[in-house]
Formats: sequence, structure tokens, C-alpha cells
Amino acid sequence: MVDTVTAADPRTDPRDEPAAPPSLEVRGLAYAYPDGHQALFGVDLTVARGERVALLGPNGAGKTTLVLHLNGILTGGAGSVTVAGLRVDPADRGALAEIRRRVGVVFQDPDDQLFMPTVREDVAFGPANAGLRGAELAARVHEALALVGMEEYADRPPHHLSFGQRRRVAVATVLAMRPEILVLDEPSSNLDPASRRELADILRSLDVTVLMVTHDLPYALELCPRSVVLSEGVIAADGPTRDLLCDEALMRAHRLELPFGFDPRSVTLPHA
Amino acid sequence: MGSGHAHRLYRHGHSPVHRLPAHTKIAAVLAFVLTVVATPREAVWAFGAYALLLAAVAALSRVPARHLLTRMLIEVPFVAFAVLMPFVAEGPRVEALGMSLSESGLWGAWNVLAKGTLGVAASVLLASTTELREILLGLQRLRMPPLLVQIASFMLRYGDVITDEMRRMRLARLSRGFTARGVRQWGVLAKTAGALFIRAYERGERVHLAMLSRGYTGTMPATDETAATRAQWTSAAALPLAALAVCLMGWWTL
Repeated sequence: MVDTVTAADPRTDPRDEPAAPPSLEVRGLAYAYPDGHQALFGVDLTVARGERVALLGPNGAGKTTLVLHLNGILTGGAGSVTVAGLRVDPADRGALAEIRRRVGVVFQDPDDQLFMPTVREDVAFGPANAGLRGAELAARVHEALALVGMEEYADRPPHHLSFGQRRRVAVATVLAMRPEILVLDEPSSNLDPASRRELADILRSLDVTVLMVTHDLPYALELCPRSVVLSEGVIAADGPTRDLLCDEALMRAHRLELPFGFDPRSVTLPHA
Repeated sequence: MGSGHAHRLYRHGHSPVHRLPAHTKIAAVLAFVLTVVATPREAVWAFGAYALLLAAVAALSRVPARHLLTRMLIEVPFVAFAVLMPFVAEGPRVEALGMSLSESGLWGAWNVLAKGTLGVAASVLLASTTELREILLGLQRLRMPPLLVQIASFMLRYGDVITDEMRRMRLARLSRGFTARGVRQWGVLAKTAGALFIRAYERGERVHLAMLSRGYTGTMPATDETAATRAQWTSAAALPLAALAVCLMGWWTL
């Protein structure tokens, strides 16, 4: 078992922002669905600004439930979620709008995320809800599409794009809101190896805190210096990704398996 | 999927008709259709004049006649009703082609046929020169209730996604040796339809979550600020104004 470590991010110098609150702070979060099924049993998780953290766990561990708490879509259980110092409070509508701007959730199926008729309108949806209009809005859309290399597709309807392109546009739709933290649900699912690498390059180039929910352990190792394991509604482990992946007892206990032939000790980490 | 079935009506182009803002075109077509409907059916020449007006717009838009005519075939099932009218209507009868036909029925059939065809032609012309997306934006600018515009936009966005899902389910059925031969297979088809409905419904819920996550509060942000100039409105008004002149002449010569 690996203990909690305070992973100092190599890219942010603590002297720059001495009092920056953590991007995400989850305290004692517990939640049961209205049908009585309890998904979370007291989750504690702190993600510092600029960190990239992988959230690992078997199916049914409560990962999606946790994600939906981060931007206040699910509320009403015990515990608290704080995003860069602002507490998620369903009663405060103004604060909730700001929380949803700060937490950019990229859902697993880009067809769910991209619901507007064109890429441009879809990327504009979030910032427009936040009140941006006109040239400012156009600049924001352009900026977000440029970050994922999809500027020239702005006027295409989403269903004319390849799956990898749609995933990148889905990332742009939340980047357009200049989030404090990017939450990705299975970002590598259904991607071919080239699209997978392109997305990894994009995620590494972004100057934003990332929480990545995934079953793709090599991808977690490649992108996230730190990982946490969510199992049966609690954080079962938290530590450097490579240490977790090499802990065979831990992996077995939480139904996590490395792909055949993959040895986390043998790869050179891009962020190491 | 390539270009989806939803876009077969539109024909890309750069004519003056294509360039007009969608809402001016929608307003023009609506006014034109109302004018046509208001014309007395006995003024037969007026309908010829309307057809000429539409032909002039079609020529200006450079949409080939073939494109328009094949798409106008959608009218055929509705015309079937008009064809029946001379046989079933009451009143004085006339002899034609060895059949006894009702005079009022003939007029009724002509009325439905002429006005219907002109309406369909005008709509096909609008759809051929305006992208579906633009038509929706145009309706929004014309103050159509936002909820209806949103529903139509989602249909436009997810039509292809759901058709694709339906195609995959069909392939899955075929791959396991299913062929729909008769009534006994309807149960399977009905279950497929049900499964498709549930999948679409669940997708709707996921889309709603994604919308909430990006700050949706029940109304779409109005990001569209395109306004039509006076000149554009004037060009668009040319068709219904000409039609109105024809209509008034029709009443006057009666």
C-alpha cells in the first residue's frame, strides 16, 4: 500500500503563487443514489494547482459519481467539494455557475458533449452561458480550438469529424471556459494510437490542472505523475503512478490490470 | 456517415438567393404561400404567373430544374387525395374521358393541386438555397419560440447519430442470421425500435448533463447577432410583392 504523498509539481514553482488554494479539495464526500445504492463512502482528495492526477478504479467504483460531484451536478450527500477556494453549494446559483466554469468536464462520448450544429457554436456554448458576446467570444473560441489544433474545423458539423477530432473538440469546449481544472472521463477510449498520442501531446501542452478518470493504465503513467485509486467508494491508494502500477498486491485487490507485456518499470516517463 | 440525409435538400451555391439572410427568405416564402392561398381558384392564369415568378427565382439561384423537380415529388402522396375529389364530390357533373365528374370536385382538385404544388415548389426552393442550420437560425430571428428551435436543432444534430445507431443494430441483427420475412419477425423489429428509443432517451440525459456542466440554465445563449439590411429585406420582398400584385389582379378580373 502506498501512502498519500504530497506530489510537488515540477512545473509550478511554489514561490510564484505562495497562497494559491488547491484546484480541488474533496473532504469526506459520501453519496447514495435516490434508489438507495451508495456509491461514495467518504472520499478525501486534494489536487494542487497544475498537477495532473489519474483517477483509477474498477467499473462501479464510483468514479462517474465522483466526477458529477465536482461540478455540483450531484449534491446532497455528506462532505464537501471545494474548487480553488470556492465551495460547491447547490443553494447558491451564482457560485454554482462559477464552479461549472472552473471545472471543465469532458465526457466519455464526444457525441454527448458536442450537441450544437457546428464546432464553433459548440465551443462558444460554455463561454456564452458565462456572458461572453461578440468579438470577445469569437477570440475565446479561436483560442480554445487553437489549443487542440482544430481551428480549421470551426464551421464543420461535429458528425463530419473523425472520433479523435471530436474528442479534441470536446476538450476545446471546456478549455473555452478557461477552467481551473480539466476533468476527463476515459479520454483515451475508442481512440486509435495516433489520436491517442495527439491527445496526450495536447494535454501535456496545457497549463491547467488535470484529473483524468481512466482504465488505460499506460496512458495514466504517460500523462500523470500521480494517481489515486478509487475502489468501493473510497480512495484506496494515492501516490506516484509508477509506484502504484508496480504494487501487484494493490493492483490485484482493486481489479486493475496492466495490458499484456507492459512493464511500468521499463518505460521512460516524459515528465520524469 | 459523410453528408447525412438531412442535407440532401440543400445545394451549395453563391447566388444572390443563397446569400440572402435566412430569415428574410423564410418570411418571403411564408408571405408568398399565403398570397397564393388567398387567390381565387377561378383565376387560372394567376397560378401560371406564380409559377413563372418561382421559375425566375430558381433561375436566379442557379439551382437546376432537375434538382427542384425531383425533390418536389414529395408532394405526390398528398396529391392522391386531390385526384379523388372529382369522383366523390357532390353537385353538377360534367362528362370527360367517358367519366362523369363533379364540377365542384374538379375545381376543388385544381385548387388543392395548384396551390399545393406552388407551396411545395417555394419550400423546396427555400431549402435548396438555405442550409438547414441557417433556416433554424432564421426562425429564431423571426421570434419562433426558442424551445421549438432548440428541439429542431437537436433533431438536426442527433438525426445522423441515431440513424447510425439504427444501422449498427440492423447489422447486428443481420450478422446473427435475422431476416424480416413477415409478421412473425415484427416482434424483433418492435424490440429493436424500443431499444433504440431507450438508447436515444439515455443519450438525451447524458447530453443534458454535458449541457449543465457547461453552465446551461434552461435557455440557449443568444450568440447570433446577424441582422438583415434594408436592401436585403427589399430583395427578399420582391417575390411576395409581385405575387400580391398577381393576387389582386386575380380578384379584380373575377
